[in-house]
Amino acid sequence: MDNLGNLLDGFANVLTPMNLLIALLGVTIGTAVGVLPGIGPAMTVALLLPVTYGMEPAQAFIMFAGIFYGGMYGGSTTSILLNTPGESSSVITAIEGNRMAKAGRAAQALATAAIGSFVAGTIATLLLVVVTPPVVRFAVSLGAPDYFALMLLSFVAVTAVLGASRVRGFAALLIGLVIGTIGIDSVSGQQRLTLGVPQLADGIDVVVVAVGVFAVGEALWIAAHLRRRAAEVIPVGRPWMGRQDWQRSWKPWLRGTAYGFPFGALPAGGAEIPTFLSYATEKKLTKHPEEFGRGAIEGVAGPEAANNASAAGTLVPMLAIGLPTNATAAVMLAAFQQYGIQPGPLLFERESGLVWTLIASLFVGNLLLLVLNLPLAPAWARLLRIPRPYLYAGILFFASMGAYAVNAQPFDLFLLLVLGLLGFAMRRFGLPILPLIVGVVLGSRAELQGRRALQLSGGELTGLIGGWVSWTVYAVILVMLFWPLLGRFVIRPVRERLVNP
Amino acid sequence: MATRRELLFVGFAAATVLASGACGATAEKDEGGSGNAGGPATGLRIMVPNTPGGGYDTTARTAAKVLEDAKIATGVQVFNLPGAGGTVGLQRTVNEKGNGKLAMQMGLGVVGASYTSKSTATLTQTTPLAKLIEEAGAIVVPKDSPYRTIGDLVAAWRANPKGIAVGGGSSPGGPDHLLPMQLAKSVGIDPRQVNYVSYDGGGELLPAVLGGKVAFGASGFGEFLDQVEAGQIRVLAVTSAAPVAALRDVPTLKSSGIDLVFTNWRGIVAPPGISDADRKVWIDVLTRMHESEQWKAELTKRGWTDAFVTGDEFATFLTEQDRAVADLLKQLGLA
Repeated sequence: MDNLGNLLDGFANVLTPMNLLIALLGVTIGTAVGVLPGIGPAMTVALLLPVTYGMEPAQAFIMFAGIFYGGMYGGSTTSILLNTPGESSSVITAIEGNRMAKAGRAAQALATAAIGSFVAGTIATLLLVVVTPPVVRFAVSLGAPDYFALMLLSFVAVTAVLGASRVRGFAALLIGLVIGTIGIDSVSGQQRLTLGVPQLADGIDVVVVAVGVFAVGEALWIAAHLRRRAAEVIPVGRPWMGRQDWQRSWKPWLRGTAYGFPFGALPAGGAEIPTFLSYATEKKLTKHPEEFGRGAIEGVAGPEAANNASAAGTLVPMLAIGLPTNATAAVMLAAFQQYGIQPGPLLFERESGLVWTLIASLFVGNLLLLVLNLPLAPAWARLLRIPRPYLYAGILFFASMGAYAVNAQPFDLFLLLVLGLLGFAMRRFGLPILPLIVGVVLGSRAELQGRRALQLSGGELTGLIGGWVSWTVYAVILVMLFWPLLGRFVIRPVRERLVNP
Repeated sequence: MATRRELLFVGFAAATVLASGACGATAEKDEGGSGNAGGPATGLRIMVPNTPGGGYDTTARTAAKVLEDAKIATGVQVFNLPGAGGTVGLQRTVNEKGNGKLAMQMGLGVVGASYTSKSTATLTQTTPLAKLIEEAGAIVVPKDSPYRTIGDLVAAWRANPKGIAVGGGSSPGGPDHLLPMQLAKSVGIDPRQVNYVSYDGGGELLPAVLGGKVAFGASGFGEFLDQVEAGQIRVLAVTSAAPVAALRDVPTLKSSGIDLVFTNWRGIVAPPGISDADRKVWIDVLTRMHESEQWKAELTKRGWTDAFVTGDEFATFLTEQDRAVADLLKQLGLA
């Protein structure tokens, strides 16, 4: 095990007081920017690049690794407490997490997010050490048809989140798809639904959509009902996870990791889709289906593990072949170049010491995140006891600042308000919000991959079917679609025969 | 009921987060100032019309750092105003008519975007200051591609323009899109027949080329250097006038008998209607930056090719580029 020796050397490099301090600084900054919607880890690393000119390369990367993981984790805090997702990958967390918080189980939600992130981050970083070459080969072999199949799978899976009324669920999904088409179409270069507003040409950032619809929508809703209804007092639950919480969390953590890591490594994977798939899976497998939509701990544990595992997955192609699969990785690559290090297939050979220090710092950063955040969970949970007018004023402040911070444009505040009104209207008419977010995230990507696949095949429909990955995925989709029929006509009769021979 | 101390703690925790967030949001605040003759120039601001971390951002921040380090200017502010491929920033630059303290980092991508996004503000309205750097494009194929030379590729492409998919890392109107389109035009293929597949930056393009999803890729050569060294990708031609030092054995398009020189360049422009004095300050500052040792070191470190021209010469270049891009995009129905 050559790698193990290298990793131990890496740990030796990280575990100096100065480097630990830098790692702590990194995860603290990362958590803070994760909490604030709009400012993502990518922007933070980019803005901090000049600050790190004076540092050793290893130290700079220790800090960046901390920011990266911290950002993935931090997004969950505001999702759970304030229904204001800080990053697009923690949108799902808001659904069950915020319900848990309102039922007085905020501490448990935060704890399962923190521990799940730690578990997923650690396992995924271990995977990073062990399986890098095969994963990269696999990731590179995937093409547009395979991605298209994966997107279709996500669509089918998330019909599980459509809610009780299919009609309302599909209506919300369609609204999301429409929002997702806004902007310059990257295939033809034509503008769609931009209404001549240049700020709309890049499309609407999913974080702005999520914050507008969730947070501003809810604030407006509360404001509209503040006088009519007496304030419900949010009960204060126990501060720590109970035995049952652990039992219900550990499997979702592992399943979330299994979704997140490979998706992170895919060039067009991302952190959002594994969270959708994880949520859909947990909803299907849970023994407490009645709790979903009312605050099920599985719905927090799985997606939070998935997004952290995907963060580690992102580093696989970045370190192995110099391929950035998300914005943060791209900025980190720019940082490599700043130190005169050319990232790429030869990085492991040329800069072995630096790479292993970076990987070791991921383990350390992960642990620091847990140490930093777990004790804070009960304290954060008390935030909800701030009287509601002040609490929601704070939420609005957060939401506006985040939306403004994305592009520093007043137009985005206007957009946020419009989306907030949309969120308000959706609540008024009982439309679920999650399908809308799913539509925004998945719709444009599925369209892009589908069109790309057709472009590559010169317009032949066979182009939509690629390698074995797409075959497998289509098979899974068929099984999912026909599962109810299978259940009725195949599985149940067999089982009955077995029970009553 | 929570005790007072608990509430205080919560308030403190919230304030900490708010404060740290606020730092991030206000880090780019305005710092006014005025220039003074003789000493370092002050109060200069460079707008980056893209997000932090991108190519324009790196160029502008590196320039600002060199200006500071070489004591050519102090307090240079770099801020980002992303949107619509740079046209949101372009509009702002045009609106800041007469503002002699502001400049915008830009390049070939903004030229294309100003047409594809049907912007009312155009680059010909701005005051060109200097072209800083350029990067040669490269025509690349995976290692097991049947095409050994650019001639092979062009012959096959001519025979079946629609069947040969070309991948690039920018959306239509961007540099990686303009390159294959101009190449097609130069070798007698109707650009409208070109099957251009746009990928989201080099990170998505590279696996598409490596995995043989596209017949060939067109992008800046820097995206592929390491893969070339590792033997995964072959470069058939570079698009600059002279061969690229890092790819010594690779022919240029010119030396392969194709009459095309194409580079992706980056430069700096100022708002329209600035005073001659302000224009001179900017050009002086940039010229001194270009002559500094620090800038030369950065060029080497980042693999940028020096392409420094200023003032009227840059203005002529910009006008030519603008016209060529406009013609091409009109032909493609994108402008």
